[in-house]
Amino acid sequence: MSNQEALLEINSLHTGFEIEGKTYHAVKDVSFDVKPKEVVCVVGESGCGKSVMSLSIMNLLPKHNGKIDKGEILYKGRNLVNLNDKEMNKIRGKDISMIFQEPMTALNPVLTIGFQMDEVLINHTSMKREEIRKKSISLLKQVGISRGEQIVHEYPHQLSGGMRQRVMIAMAIACQPQLLIADEPTTALDVTVQAQILELITKIQDEVGMAVLLITHDLGVVAEMADRVVVMYAGQVVEESDVDRIFYDAQHPYTKALLTSIPRMEEEREVLNTISGIVPSLKNMPKVGCRFVDRCPDAMPECSKVDPQLGETEKGHSVRCLLYDASHPGKKTEVR
Amino acid sequence: MLLYSLRRILIMFPILIMISVVVFALALAMPGDALSGQIDPQNANPEYIEEMREQLGLNDPVHVQYGRWMAGVVQWDFGRSTVHKMGVTDLIGERLPNTILLSVMSLIITYVLAFIMGRYAGRHPYTIGDYSIQGINYLMLAIPSFVAALFAIFIFSFQFGLFPSSGSVGSGVTPGTLDFWISKLHHTFLPALVLGALTTASYTQFLRNDIIESSQKDYVRTARAKGTPENEIYNKHILRNSIIPIVTLFGFDIASIIGGAVIVETVFSYRGIGELLISSIERRDSAVVIAITLMLSIATLVGNLLADLLYGVIDPRIRVE
Repeated sequence: MSNQEALLEINSLHTGFEIEGKTYHAVKDVSFDVKPKEVVCVVGESGCGKSVMSLSIMNLLPKHNGKIDKGEILYKGRNLVNLNDKEMNKIRGKDISMIFQEPMTALNPVLTIGFQMDEVLINHTSMKREEIRKKSISLLKQVGISRGEQIVHEYPHQLSGGMRQRVMIAMAIACQPQLLIADEPTTALDVTVQAQILELITKIQDEVGMAVLLITHDLGVVAEMADRVVVMYAGQVVEESDVDRIFYDAQHPYTKALLTSIPRMEEEREVLNTISGIVPSLKNMPKVGCRFVDRCPDAMPECSKVDPQLGETEKGHSVRCLLYDASHPGKKTEVR
Repeated sequence: MLLYSLRRILIMFPILIMISVVVFALALAMPGDALSGQIDPQNANPEYIEEMREQLGLNDPVHVQYGRWMAGVVQWDFGRSTVHKMGVTDLIGERLPNTILLSVMSLIITYVLAFIMGRYAGRHPYTIGDYSIQGINYLMLAIPSFVAALFAIFIFSFQFGLFPSSGSVGSGVTPGTLDFWISKLHHTFLPALVLGALTTASYTQFLRNDIIESSQKDYVRTARAKGTPENEIYNKHILRNSIIPIVTLFGFDIASIIGGAVIVETVFSYRGIGELLISSIERRDSAVVIAITLMLSIATLVGNLLADLLYGVIDPRIRVE
């Protein structure tokens, strides 16, 4: 799979927010790629920059203070960072579409489902109104809403959370996109509905033949869905690898800590494992050194003095940690 | 929806009866009565005044007076104006069209100005344009209406001679002709402009703030993610949501359409309800005061009902079954 040409290639992306005249980077030097028809999961705890990263791809950052400072986002070789809104509108919803975390608020409360469904087709196709409405109804059927004919006349508040997320998915796949970005699509839903939605995304991915960039903090979802995994911490990629190696051969102390935080069926535990501390806030980010150092069980004195670089430890497996950095001889101790 | 409206209208009756009691009591509590505004106490014979009081029923107990008045009201007879020597119903009927014309014109001015400015400021917040609009608005809000009216008369009537400074229609025009209506509009425009410009501020600010707030909502991000052009996002997605708070103000406006503008009408000697109310209070013309106050109460109730029904039209979430 690694020989295939990338569909989406992110190179050294820096996304910052301007707060009181100073720019703080929520995403700092993120690079990875997504290949056609691949499911890439981006994992990390709250505040690690996953969502900002995904909004950067769509150029949907809050206009008044968010902006991409550096780096490129190549979609089929075309840099999206420099596109203006008009050019971007031709790509959004057509080539790349997105579904969001909160299906409760993601739909406009005063417009009918039909209006909101049709909109994406009106934006990107030259079909007639009646054809568009027919297509919208058939899309709703495709995502498992059988009474599409009635739903198009209803309003979002008349639907359940799971239904709304299905509507969001139907809108997202209307133009058969090459890439679907799903930003925590199941977080706000009931556990039973979560499974249905993930199943639906997998099914649709097969039918449409699209790649999926799935943002999540749920490692269970990762195990279920991912081909490849990108682990993010404090705005940086700390580990990237295929899904099996993440679960069986995690290298970065943060990834390991995440994995030990998952409760397992077969063991009895009094206390759940947690990673102590929190992600440093944008204002308190260490200027130099590893960003995980304060919470890292394997921290060494050098860790707060040297910026670790993302480096390949084996083919298709990169880690950002001094423990695996060959340029720091003597530090390559196996701590596994 | 129909059932809901009917229920709301039925509930209005007890409220109205209570209002009428209060209004009637307040009118009676005013110092003096219809005679004290009419008769010079220095020259009139006190026995004559007492006799007239007796004749007019002003010496009856309060509940008898109220009963008599109420009996008239249900027959659409609000009593007689002691000043104008005519039935209150006819008197108000004469003034009401002027006031409605003035209010509707000023409302149109308000809506047009507020819509243009609020939309612009909301879409381009924290820019020079936005700050200028806010500056103008706050200035307008801060100016008392009588000052604004006098300035408007000074500038537009005396300096430029564009509009007449007083009255509601030119003299010597035959009612019903085209000239009559043109003259009416010509007379109404200046007070309407003053009224409209002064109330624009709150509308503009409401609309601006709500547009800014709505533009950060998740559903706007969804619309962007679908590739919807910015113009459509503002016109279809945001505006529809931002109109909801404006409807609340619209409810209050219904009352003001009928109530007119007391101060502006007085300054412009515009023969409307507001001017009638003030002059009636001055001359203790209780029948007129009571009738106008009651009419305003009804207008407020109806206005609120209309606003509530309008909410349902705009926002499906509060559509009543």
